[in-house]
Parts: sequence; C-alpha cells; structure tokens
Amino acid sequence: MRKIIFNSIKIIAVSAFCFSLYAQSPDRTKPPQLPAPQKLNLPAIQQFSLSNGLNVVLMEKHEVPLIQLNVITKMGSVNDPENKTGLAGLTMNMLTEGAAGKTSLEIADAIDFLGARISANAGAHSSGIYLHTPLSKFDEALKIMSDILLRPDFPQKELDRKKKDRLTSLMQMHDQPTAIATAAFNKILFGKEHPYGRMASENEIKGFSVEDLKSFYKKYSTVNNSFVIVVGDIKKEELKKKLETVLGKWQKGDVKETKIKEPAQVTNRIVYLIDKPGAAQSVINIGRIGTSRLTPDYNSVVVMNTLLGGSFTSRLNQNLREKHGYTYGASSRFMFRPSLGSFIAASSVQTDVTDKALTEFFNELNGIREPLTDADLNRAKKLVALSYPGNFQSVSEIAEQLEEMFLYKLPSNYFGEFVSKILNVNGNEVTGAAKKYIVPDQMIVVVVGDKAKIEQGIKNLNLGELKNLSIEDVLGKVPQLSK
Amino acid sequence: MRKILVLLITLCSVLSAQSQIKIPYTRHVLSNGLNVLLHEDHSTPTVTVNTWFHVGSGYEKPGRTGFAHLFEHLMFMGSGHVAEGEFDKLLEAAGAENNGSTTEDRTNYYEDLPSNALELALYLDSDRMGFLVDAMTPQSVDAQRAVVKNERRQSYENRPYGLSEETILKNLYPLTHPYSWPVIGSMTDLSAATYDDVVEFFKTYYVPNNASISIAGDINSQETLKLVEKWFGGIPAGKPVEPQNPAAVRLNEEKILVMEDRVQLPRLYMTWITPPRFTPGDAELDVLANILSGGKNSRLYQKLVYELQIAQDVRASQGSSKLSSLFQIVSTARAGHTLEELKNVIQQEIDKIKNEAPKQRELQRTVNQYEASFLDALEKPGGFGGKANQLNEYFYYTGNPDYANEDLSRYKALSVNDIQTAAQIYLRDNGRVILSIVPKGKTDLAVQPKAEDK
Repeated sequence: MRKIIFNSIKIIAVSAFCFSLYAQSPDRTKPPQLPAPQKLNLPAIQQFSLSNGLNVVLMEKHEVPLIQLNVITKMGSVNDPENKTGLAGLTMNMLTEGAAGKTSLEIADAIDFLGARISANAGAHSSGIYLHTPLSKFDEALKIMSDILLRPDFPQKELDRKKKDRLTSLMQMHDQPTAIATAAFNKILFGKEHPYGRMASENEIKGFSVEDLKSFYKKYSTVNNSFVIVVGDIKKEELKKKLETVLGKWQKGDVKETKIKEPAQVTNRIVYLIDKPGAAQSVINIGRIGTSRLTPDYNSVVVMNTLLGGSFTSRLNQNLREKHGYTYGASSRFMFRPSLGSFIAASSVQTDVTDKALTEFFNELNGIREPLTDADLNRAKKLVALSYPGNFQSVSEIAEQLEEMFLYKLPSNYFGEFVSKILNVNGNEVTGAAKKYIVPDQMIVVVVGDKAKIEQGIKNLNLGELKNLSIEDVLGKVPQLSK
Repeated sequence: MRKILVLLITLCSVLSAQSQIKIPYTRHVLSNGLNVLLHEDHSTPTVTVNTWFHVGSGYEKPGRTGFAHLFEHLMFMGSGHVAEGEFDKLLEAAGAENNGSTTEDRTNYYEDLPSNALELALYLDSDRMGFLVDAMTPQSVDAQRAVVKNERRQSYENRPYGLSEETILKNLYPLTHPYSWPVIGSMTDLSAATYDDVVEFFKTYYVPNNASISIAGDINSQETLKLVEKWFGGIPAGKPVEPQNPAAVRLNEEKILVMEDRVQLPRLYMTWITPPRFTPGDAELDVLANILSGGKNSRLYQKLVYELQIAQDVRASQGSSKLSSLFQIVSTARAGHTLEELKNVIQQEIDKIKNEAPKQRELQRTVNQYEASFLDALEKPGGFGGKANQLNEYFYYTGNPDYANEDLSRYKALSVNDIQTAAQIYLRDNGRVILSIVPKGKTDLAVQPKAEDK
C-alpha cells in the first residue's frame, strides 16, 4: 500500500531537563523586527490535452493523498434564456440526480461510501462539477463523475422534487433580511432583466421542463467550452491515462462566446426602504456599478477596497464597529466578473442608529477619495500581498485559484508576480481608483428594517429621494405550493 | 533565570500503515505551566499561532452569562505595550489574518501569518496574556459590549428561528448547570458586566497554566520553542483553575414547547442530553446522526425530504462537549404540513433503529466519510479548522494532542448493534425537549401536547 504523508518512525523520548535561555524580559516597547518574507514556491502548472481536445491543467501536490478535480464549463446564469431565469443553476444541480441509468439515491450512496464528495453548480459565467476524493478512491469516484458529466438523465420525478425545494427556498427568503437586501440591491442596480439583477420567479421555477434542461445542457456542455483542473497527489502521465479513458469520448460542439449588455451606471442617489416590522437591526446595502475583473487598475482597486471595507482595520469597520459600536461588522467589496459588476458597502446595524450609521457610511465613502497616509497604504498593500500564500494550502483552494487564472486567461506567471505587483501600487493610484469608482452622490441605498422606527431619521438626512418598497416588490408574492 | 522544562518530546510521524493518521508534533511545558505544541509543515511559507484558554461560557457566574465571549472580544483591544487598535494593524501590516471564538468549554485565538512574521504573533499574544488589564478601561469594555450586543442581534434576534437555542438549553438543563445558557449570553447580563469582572476573570482564567499554544507551519521547532520561551516564559503562573463539578444531569420528562416567530414555515427541534465528548456513547451517537441525516440515503432525509417531501430540510447532530453533549434533530416543514406530521415520521424512524440495528452498509458509509475527513484535516495548518487547532483541541479534551488515530479508531470499532443500543439508551421518549417554532398565530402547526397532559 501507498504511504500516507510521512514515512519516518515514531520516537517517543520522555525526558526532563532544564536549560537557561533568557536572563531578562524581552523588549516590549516596540514590536520585534521581522526578517524578509519567504517567497511562495508553487509546483509547476502543467497542461495537456486529451485526444478529443479537452484541456487539462494539473498542479501536483503530494503532501496529503487527496485529489481535487474540477470540470469547468463556460455556461452560467448569464446564459439563462428569457423567462427561464435559474435554468443554468437548476440544470447543474440536476446532474447528480440521475445518470447512466443510476438513480439519485444510488449515485449519492456510491459517492458517500467512497468518502468522496461531488457537487455540481452554476455561477454567473461558468459552471463546475467538483470532485474531492481520497487518492485511494480516485478511480471509482472518477467513474461516477464521468457518468454525471457525460450521461445525465434529468429524471422528471427529481426535477419535480427540485422545483418544490426551490419554491420553498424562495418562500423562506421572505424571512431573511440580508437575502432580501441583496436581492433588492442587485435588482435595482442592474435592472430586473440583466443577468446580474434578475432572480428566478415562482412562475419561472414552476415552468421548467426536462426538455429545457436537456437541450440547455447539450448546447453548452462540450469539450471545447470546458476545461479540467486537477490538484493533488498524482503524476501527469498517470492522470492523463485515467482521464483519457473516462472523458476521451466527450464531444465538441458549437458554442458562441457569451456577450452581455453592460449595465447603466447610477446617476443620482435614491434611498429604497423595505419595511420589515419588528426587525432588531437594519440591513444596509449601498453601492453602484463597479468594474470588471480584467480592468487594468484591478490591483489598485483591490488595495483601495481593502482599506475602505475589505479588512478588519478598514475604515468602515473601524468607524461603524469599533468607534461607534453600531454593528458587529461593516464591509465593502467589488463583485469582480468578466462584465461590469457591483461595488457594495454593507452592514447590519442596530435599529435605533440606522440614520447615524448611514451618515458614517457616507463619511467614509467620501473620505476614501482624499489622499491617504503611507501607513494606511502600506498596511493595506501588505495585507493583500503577504497573505497571498495562504490561498494555496489545500487542494481545493489551489484549484480555485487555477480556475480563476484559466477562466480569465491570466498570464501563466500571475501567481508569481502578484505579490510584487500589489506592493508596487502607489497612493495616487489608490486614490485615483477611489475617485473613479466610489462616487457617493451616485449610489443606490437599500435599507431593510423597521420602517416605523427608522423612516423619519433617514428622511432627515436628505440623502436623496426616498422610495418605499415592500418585500413582495422585491421577491414577489410568497409562493404557493400545492400539497 | 528562566527554565524550560521539556516534559515530552515526540517525534512522531505518520506510519506507512494506511490507517495511521498523525500530525507529527513536539510538546513542551514552560515553567509557568504553559503548554506548547509545535508542528512543522513546510508546504507553504505560512505559520499559524493557535492559543486555547481552557475557559468558556460554562465557567461563567450566574448573572454574567455571555461574559467569556465578551472577554474574547476584549483580547483584541490592546494590552500593556500594544495601544488600542494596534493589535490588528500590526498583524495586517505583516500580512496576517486573525480571529477568536468561544464555546461553552474553551476560548481559542489564532493568527495565520507569513512565516517571517511568527515573532510578531508571539509578541502580541504574550502581551495580551501577560498585560491585558494594564490597558483595559471601562470605555473599552463598553465599546465591545456594544459590538457583542450587535453580534447577538445579528446572529440570533434578527435571524429567523434565532432564539431556539436559548429556549432549548434552559429547558434541558437545571438553571444551575453551566450549559443551561447560550455562549452569547443574555442582553441583561451583557449590560451588567463590569470592569471589575474583567480584571477578576483575567486573573483567574487567562493564566499560562490554563492555556496551551500550538504553532504549526513553516517553522524550525527548536528556534520556535526559544522564541516562545522568550516572550511567554516570564508571565507568572496563576492559581490552578478549579475544575467544574456540576451534578450529573438527567431529564426525566418530555417537555413540549411552542414559540412563535416571524417566519413562513414551522420548524421542529427535538433535543436529548447525551454523553460527553470522547466518552462511551459519543461516537455511537455521532454515527447515528449521520445514519439519520447525512446524505440523501440517510433515513430521515430520505423519508421526510426525498420521499414524502413534507420537509424542506432535516439535520441530526451529536454536539459534543466536555460535561455533556446534545443530540438534536431539526426539521423544517413544507407549506401545508404540520410539525406533528414531521414528529411522527421522526419517531417512527427512531423506533425502527431501536428495534432493529442499522445495516452494515449504513455504518460503513459513515465511517468511510469520517476517515476521509481526517485526511482533509491534514491539509491546512491554520484557521479554526487547521492542524494547529486540532492539536490544541485533542490536547484539551483527551490530554493527547496526537489523538487523531484513536479518535478515528473509535468509529472504526463500532458495530451496528452499538448504534442500536445507543439509540435505545439515549434517545428516550420521556427525556427530551420538543420545541416547535411556528409562524405568528399558527400554533396549530406545532407538536401538540399528549392528551393526558392537557
């Protein structure tokens, strides 16, 4: 049998001995001087193709006998046809519900028995089937995964069950203030027709047919629209042979590049108040259209957001949480995608300080546009740069990094150069990014909270027009399930 | 002159046998009683410093619930030589991430750092272990009190079904039992906590002899031990902490409770008091929970969610702690179904296991999943779920940081009859709390009290 992890011998030495080290207390008046950080040395990124043209990316990692294998396909919610919002997600979720004549329960039993995990789901622009398995079970797990990928059955009975599950989740969203706020924010910002703004409605969920799923999957799940990422305890030649056997017959197809309409930028400031009577906190989402993952100033934007709301010591968190105690946490982020995504600043604040919290949000959104200190700049840069190696520890984390690299066609030296590129960002670039993307008087403000207690306070701030919405305006009526 | 007393050096590694899962480590005890656990993993240039204080909400005094967790927050507010706000600023400027968490049994803290920044974490952690109260003011206590109250609002009060735990605990345990209140505590008690409470708690529990520090990652163990001695060696030991000694608890009735909440769907909670972590019965109930609700083929999922489709979800768990554990089954009804229906199905499935042992495949499927999860646990040194934390966790609960293999062996040794027996002994119908949380005004959806109780 194969060795696991290490092969040295266990030695137990019980001993009691003393030696002296420090005669005096250490100097606590200043933090210790640190040596220079070590460079991250990753195993090589290897690439090869199968006989059918399927591209495979491999990073060998031999410390723990595990394999992560992701099949990524460029198909996501942006491909949902009109009036079929949610089709990509449902299609992917249905892959594990029956394949190659095996039932949903048989597939689950087989996977669970191996101690492996397989999931299939869709994002906005891409979908994945994700396999995580002990090396010793790789062959059997790979066989099941290939059935799911190449021979899904989409059984009617399982689709009906999934639809009930979806409708019930939609119903439960009516209870969840943060989910309501997110749905409202995206719908208002991108518009309810835009792929980043729309959400599957009750009628759309009820309308999906097996034929919808089958034809959608057939259209997009092709060799030339997909690639495979493998990270783990396996060598290239062995992997290639195994993949050729199970995936070598996967067919090519004709898939056109997906283009989506860029969303319109926010041009004024409107407050949307969604009533949630009795809420102990108000959920606040403030933002506008941000930028795309491939924007040339990506690194400046990342550093700027780290300082604004992307870290514990960020200005939003320090102000709203540490200084004022309004919240358990406040943060901001850019949703990076191939197309323009959102910038969003968010928090859940105590009901009776909703107006004060909004004021502090805008103080910080304005403040980030002003010149910054070297200390702030350096802290944000170093946090992003020096914590980077931490993203490459487990096989699934490394696979995630590789997925981003290949989806966005980042250069092959990207991982190696990231740290120095971040450390080279200067103050003007950070402030420039803030002035470009953080425009406080052109933002939407979504607040989900107890209207009776917070409306007047918000009005008094004169942030802009105030529009009242109901939860039903955002999510639709509570879905009705037939028994 | 300070001394390091090296009690035990274990150069242990994973053996070639396939079933051996080990984290090679060395253990040292400083003269002030601080336990130090070191593990080398050079796969990335990172290191994690993970500290456990052997105190949690189970050590709180009546009227001060939530204090251990409030104290956890205060540990980030600066210390004798570290100004308020500097703790996080220094760490972030070094590329580090950090956090802390509190349970009923313990409080833990970690810093995940680039390997060059190890000494910064030791400086900061030793300063707060040695000099926390030098920097503490009533204002800093108030500031974090406000944050913690908002944590309670966000994670409990403003969350659907968020007040279930509080209600279940106080009905399961006598009010004198340290597990009868939730870790987050009550708003009233959080308001009542004083600066003097902070000082006393620090001197009683945050002493080196009541802590263990585990360092894992790209380190040289010998040099790291010297650095730990440098920064922690001079912190004086405190008095030994009195062990908890609560009376054994046993619930001898079935309590049927109903709460209303602003929710769309009713949710059922069935809870039993079960044996403590790592004691006989604990592994059996862990496996039973998986047989009931782990994966599509588990009994409750298959019945309630997959076949009958009367529930949206179901989850069974054995929540294991030091003094006792909780076995819990939680399930949300679909629209048009009552919790009485759910309860009846759950009861049938429990009775079925009591009457007939589960199948060998169900047991093996569960054990295989556990075995794989032990491999996953070897991947990462840092964070709450990493190897450094695991060493500390096993050390606290079993006295042996290297307990992974014994832990896994507990599961491998089980027979299907053991699972059946555990269900018979511990899942008693007349010793449990059944809580229904229903939409406002819909108490007819709740589990109804038995006719003779009405």
